[in-house]
Amino acid sequence: MNPLDLVRFSAGALTGHRLRTGLSLLGVAIGVSSVILLTSLGEGARIYVTGEFSSLGTNLLIITPGKNETLGDVGLRGLGVTREMTLEDAEQLRRRVPQLRAVAPIVLGQVRARYGERERVTSIAGTTPEFAAMRRIHMRTGRYLPAGETTLGQRVCVMGPKLERDLFASESALGKMVQIGDERFRVIGVWAPRGVALGSDLDEVAHVPVAAALRMFNREGLSEIHAEVVSHEEIEAARAKAVKVFKDLHEDVEDVTVVTQGSIVGSLTKILGALTAGLAGIAAVSLGVAGIGIMNVMLVSVSERTREIGLLKALGVTPSQVIAAFLVEAALLASMGGLAGVLFGSFGTRLVRSLYPTFPMTPPEWAVGAALGVSVTVGLLFGVLPAWRASRLDPVAALQKR
Amino acid sequence: MIELRGVRRVFELGGHSVHALREINLEVPRGEYLSVMGPSGSGKSTLLNILGCLDRPTAGTYRLDGDEVGSLDEKTLSHIRGHRIGFVFQSFHLVPRLTAFGNVELPMVFAGIPRSERAERVKTALRSVGLLERADHQPAQLSGGERQRVAIARAVVMSPKVLLADEPTGNLDSVSGGEVVALLERMNAEGLTLIVVTHDSGLGGRAHRRVRMADGVVIEDSAR
Repeated sequence: MNPLDLVRFSAGALTGHRLRTGLSLLGVAIGVSSVILLTSLGEGARIYVTGEFSSLGTNLLIITPGKNETLGDVGLRGLGVTREMTLEDAEQLRRRVPQLRAVAPIVLGQVRARYGERERVTSIAGTTPEFAAMRRIHMRTGRYLPAGETTLGQRVCVMGPKLERDLFASESALGKMVQIGDERFRVIGVWAPRGVALGSDLDEVAHVPVAAALRMFNREGLSEIHAEVVSHEEIEAARAKAVKVFKDLHEDVEDVTVVTQGSIVGSLTKILGALTAGLAGIAAVSLGVAGIGIMNVMLVSVSERTREIGLLKALGVTPSQVIAAFLVEAALLASMGGLAGVLFGSFGTRLVRSLYPTFPMTPPEWAVGAALGVSVTVGLLFGVLPAWRASRLDPVAALQKR
Repeated sequence: MIELRGVRRVFELGGHSVHALREINLEVPRGEYLSVMGPSGSGKSTLLNILGCLDRPTAGTYRLDGDEVGSLDEKTLSHIRGHRIGFVFQSFHLVPRLTAFGNVELPMVFAGIPRSERAERVKTALRSVGLLERADHQPAQLSGGERQRVAIARAVVMSPKVLLADEPTGNLDSVSGGEVVALLERMNAEGLTLIVVTHDSGLGGRAHRRVRMADGVVIEDSAR
């Protein structure tokens, strides 16, 4: 028989029971749209986080003291002596690794800051002007930290607009003296808003010369060294060279970790990809439930239409045609429901995007196709049993059913 | 030509055997008008189901135009039901969601006959039962007699050789019953073999040949 006639016949059977058909369509639609919405959420999180990281600058090496591989083995790590990274190490790095455009030593800490009656605990980063270039910090007023000094530790600072507001209210901070820790610093600049990266507000921070920070926290070791590589292609070479320099400096012990921006983004992508897959798995459960809904509807349909099936058999319809008719019915339910689900899902992602424009909620490319494919497969799979039952009905008994 | 030889049909019900048909021998030449009468439980419906290839004999042979039917598989039986036999039921068995046109078209849809040809044949069949102008009515919008005439149009649209009618007037008043009988007899006059199963002796008595059954056997055959 003509496949189009088969579809027409099955569609006719579905439109004969609008409420029942509508409800099972809704079941599939909810399943498919939840797959799309949840995977969009995961994918959005991935794009958002990797985007945040990329905004930090892409050709970056981040060097931290200690060997990352032993991180899980805290006991062993405590036994070995991890040498701290010093300002001298940073200077050597700058000199010996030609692939580096800029090297910024960084000391991080928290300290109390006060201006007049107003005070708060704030994050302090001690660094050099190279950091501003690397992180593309633009000054709103004044200038960034002075160039050409790493050991002097002048008592000057620059800060973010939020910290300025917290300490100075509506006044301008420029040129004022602010108490940071035990010393007084002159504010020489306030940068333009930088926003939030990885959940920390970059505008609540003050930067001081690196030596001043070391003095403030009474330490000699750096927290991190950030280095910018001249080009994307040189990143691996620069990383290897940096590791080697530190090995030379630290008596042949590899006691620093050098990660590239790319490797961080890569592992985040992996983690968030797994998150997305996990969410898809959860959503797939609802697709399974929708499949059972389809089976239920089809079983009801078969039992309600027993007389019709008996009649079809008397009219010469073969068992395989009966199976085909009911399978097409199930597939129609699943695919129409799937299409409705795709519509719901894309409407939902659009809604979220319009409510939270900064969150790039997007369905991953595979999700829409997969959700549709899975729903039709589920429909067919769960349609098999009812269709087989229908084909096996005894025509005499089926015709006599009241 | 229908030929039954020693046909038995035994149902196994709850551990004991029910002999619905015992040793039926029957020959029905092409074009005959035959009625099968008898009380309920006499086996006449079972006989009709076997003649219509809806059921198979437990023993004995059934030849339809020379083909041994009892041994055929389900698919071939479906083909025979679709192409060689037309059914008319007491309760019409129209599909409620389809129009008169759709109901008559149904056997041709599954037989794979092209759409344009189907439309022509549906029109011809509906015209011959006098319901062409009701083609787009659904069964619920038709009277009982009209429904049965649609069912007859559906039964003959595949041009079968045999028309099997099971109490065709059982659900109808005498006027529309009379119309239905007249229609069936006209089909027979045009060459169709007509077999009517009924317990209504008024209807059964009209047939050229009358078979009476009781307890699964033929007790009277006007041709013998």
